Amino acid sequence: MLQDILSRYSRNRTCLVMILQDVQTELGYLAEESLAEIARHLSMPVAHVHSVATFYNVFSLEPRGEHLVRVCLGTACHVRQASLILDTALRELGVSDGGTTKDRKVTVQSVGCVGACAIGPVVEVDEVHHGHMTVPKMSRLLRGFVANKEVAT
Amino acid sequence: MTRLASVAALKERQVRVAASRPVGQQVVAVCGGTGCLATGCKDVAKALEKELGSAGLKDRVTLVVTGCHGFCEQGPIVVVRPQSTFYPRVQVKDVPEIVARTLAKGEVIERLLYVDPVSGTKIERESDIPFYKGQTRIIFESNGHLSPTSLDDYLARGGYGALAKALTTHTPEQVIDEVTRAGLRGRGGGGFSTGRKWASARSAKGEPKYVICNADEGDPGAFMDRSLLEGNPHSVIEGMLIGAYAVGSRHGYVYVRHEYPLAVENLRHALEQARAAGLLGEGILGTTFGFDIVISRGGGAFVCGESTALMASLEGKVGEPRAKYVHTVEHGLFDKPTVLNNVETWANVPAIIANGAAAYASLGTDNSKGTKIFSLVGKINNTGLVEVPMGITLREVVFGIGGGIPGGKKFKAVQTGGPSGGCLPESLLDLPVDFQRLTEAGSMMGSGGMIVMDEDTCMVDVARYFIDFLARESCGKCTPCREGLLACRDILARICEGKGKDEDLSTLDELGQWMTAASLCALGGSAANPVLSTLRYFKHEYLAHIREHRCPGGVCKELITYSIDTGKCNGCHACVKACPPDAISGALKAMHTIDAAACIKCGACLSVCKQDAVVRR
Ligand SMILES: Cc1cc2nc3c(=O)[nH]c(=O)nc-3n(C[C@H](O)[C@H](O)[C@H](O)COP(=O)(O)O)c2cc1C
Ligand code: FES
Repeated sequence: MLQDILSRYSRNRTCLVMILQDVQTELGYLAEESLAEIARHLSMPVAHVHSVATFYNVFSLEPRGEHLVRVCLGTACHVRQASLILDTALRELGVSDGGTTKDRKVTVQSVGCVGACAIGPVVEVDEVHHGHMTVPKMSRLLRGFVANKEVAT
Repeated sequence: MTRLASVAALKERQVRVAASRPVGQQVVAVCGGTGCLATGCKDVAKALEKELGSAGLKDRVTLVVTGCHGFCEQGPIVVVRPQSTFYPRVQVKDVPEIVARTLAKGEVIERLLYVDPVSGTKIERESDIPFYKGQTRIIFESNGHLSPTSLDDYLARGGYGALAKALTTHTPEQVIDEVTRAGLRGRGGGGFSTGRKWASARSAKGEPKYVICNADEGDPGAFMDRSLLEGNPHSVIEGMLIGAYAVGSRHGYVYVRHEYPLAVENLRHALEQARAAGLLGEGILGTTFGFDIVISRGGGAFVCGESTALMASLEGKVGEPRAKYVHTVEHGLFDKPTVLNNVETWANVPAIIANGAAAYASLGTDNSKGTKIFSLVGKINNTGLVEVPMGITLREVVFGIGGGIPGGKKFKAVQTGGPSGGCLPESLLDLPVDFQRLTEAGSMMGSGGMIVMDEDTCMVDVARYFIDFLARESCGKCTPCREGLLACRDILARICEGKGKDEDLSTLDELGQWMTAASLCALGGSAANPVLSTLRYFKHEYLAHIREHRCPGGVCKELITYSIDTGKCNGCHACVKACPPDAISGALKAMHTIDAAACIKCGACLSVCKQDAVVRR
């Protein structure tokens, strides 16, 4: 898979962010070996690839859960008490922000504005927006895939 | 689509498409913007399609799924034209009746009409609804009419006519002159004169020259760039084409935020259409002008919206800004002359060329011309995107178009300018909104976020929120921004916990001055605004936290308790069932009480209580 992605790009250093994005999308995360392979492809130090991979919020160096729950903490959602929604999600799943449940089912992440501000508070589950979120609604939404509440290591 | 080999071919095509859509033809428009998608507009559109088929109305009625109409609060939105009958919050089960009565017979369905929250009356026509009535839609108007995936829809409304006009009747210098005289200022934050920027890039030495569209839209709470790019991508492409012609560029980039997959999809589709039609590529419309655009997805870092950081990111590097004394119009992307403009700025360009600088500049104030799209959100009745002439007062926007504060609550502040902006109090509601006046009041135009706050908002918490955001997003390259933000964050967190001291306020003020004076880029340079503006207008709230250990907005967790108003509770048990730690006791139909020691302050009881009996103080 990684080779397929690399073959789409030239060995030009400016392709780095685009390659990382494709790897993130297609492989789900940036594994240590992927970073090394990309560095070789572009003839640059692994440290450089690492610095770019850790700079941008989209990249994850850890595998994410099957489902991605993103709670918007943008300003519009914040003034409608979005932090209570995030607290609820974290409490119900027993994870910390950015964490994944032990069974690798769900990852919860806070984000700054998903661009649906008018219907805040907004929660995005696997790229589907759920607007006008409330604490009980969040609990109900999560109950769908809660299986294991223990914190991932 | 066949290639448009000349301006004449474009004109012919525009006329032909327009003629195939006679005036008076029934159109049913379903909003397909992000807000409406979240409330199920796709199913509504599907149901309409099916129902029109079985009613045999397909030839008579055109169904169009459009971009965002702006009134996201009311989604899914359906508008029937030419009557302009407006149905908000349409559900699939309403569709058969809409087809059978409104589309087949022209009847208005009373029960589906919009009810104005202020007057309580039902309103039939879209244009009579206060939310739309108070607006002047020049840039955003087409969004509610055209399908983002149809080039013909754009052509039918005169699309690419401005490009043809520029290429055939204007020299590049004349285009720049027109945009300068129109008084267009950047819509992305800085408000720099677009014409002057273009002129500098045109005269700058170096080849190739680049043109970039900033669609990073990092400002949390603003989504006009998303809606423009998703709903009317060709208007942005046309703007960029005109700009590229003016500065002498052949290469364009659009840097889109990764959270906006639909914008990327619609833009990519539009680019392919434009290429196939000969509107991008070599020999555009039969002239010698050539230009093409590449999409680049952002990595989700707020600072990458800043011009130099964005260019570093486009080059595949870490998105760190650099000092501004090297101008990007001379040494920008790959060290070449570069023009970077915001999505909305680009979308303004076709209107300026099509209607002329004078018409454009007839709207607005002495220092700010034209219209601005604001994202009116937060504690307000009518949330959504509103396009208004520069110079309109905050009051007209918040209470006229926005319909005021929901739930009979009191207005407290409106925040403009995003994380670099400030909070304006009630006493400034009559302030005319333009670049200069907002800055004078300690805030900013920014990209056009307008977040309304009511009495249940804590202004110290808001300041802490922005500082927290900026501390996380600071790239860390320069010390004043990196360390200053962390220091401010600690102080604000302490105040919110009721552990603040009087002298914290002067420390905040001092830190703010330092960050403003010494930061490398505008992120740090304006980072103090949320603190300084809340200190300026809401000092009493800081003092309430510090001296009385009280949060007047009822937000700061450490300083509030939840309780039940005995006069209002009817013992319905809803809160008892909703409470995660089982901290609420009381039998059914008997008064409930909250055990403060067990309460985790999650707010579940408050959101389920229909009697308004839960008190947060
Ligand atoms: C931290 C920071 C973030 C910014 N984010 C954006 C953004 O998301 N979108 C945008 O158009 N401009 C953003 N800007 C402003 C840009 O630096 C630049 O001024 C603007 O894109 C120029 O286009 P305009 O003249 O059309 O406004 C940001 C500036 C700073 C300092
Ligand atoms: S602030 Fe939450 S979607 Fe924009």
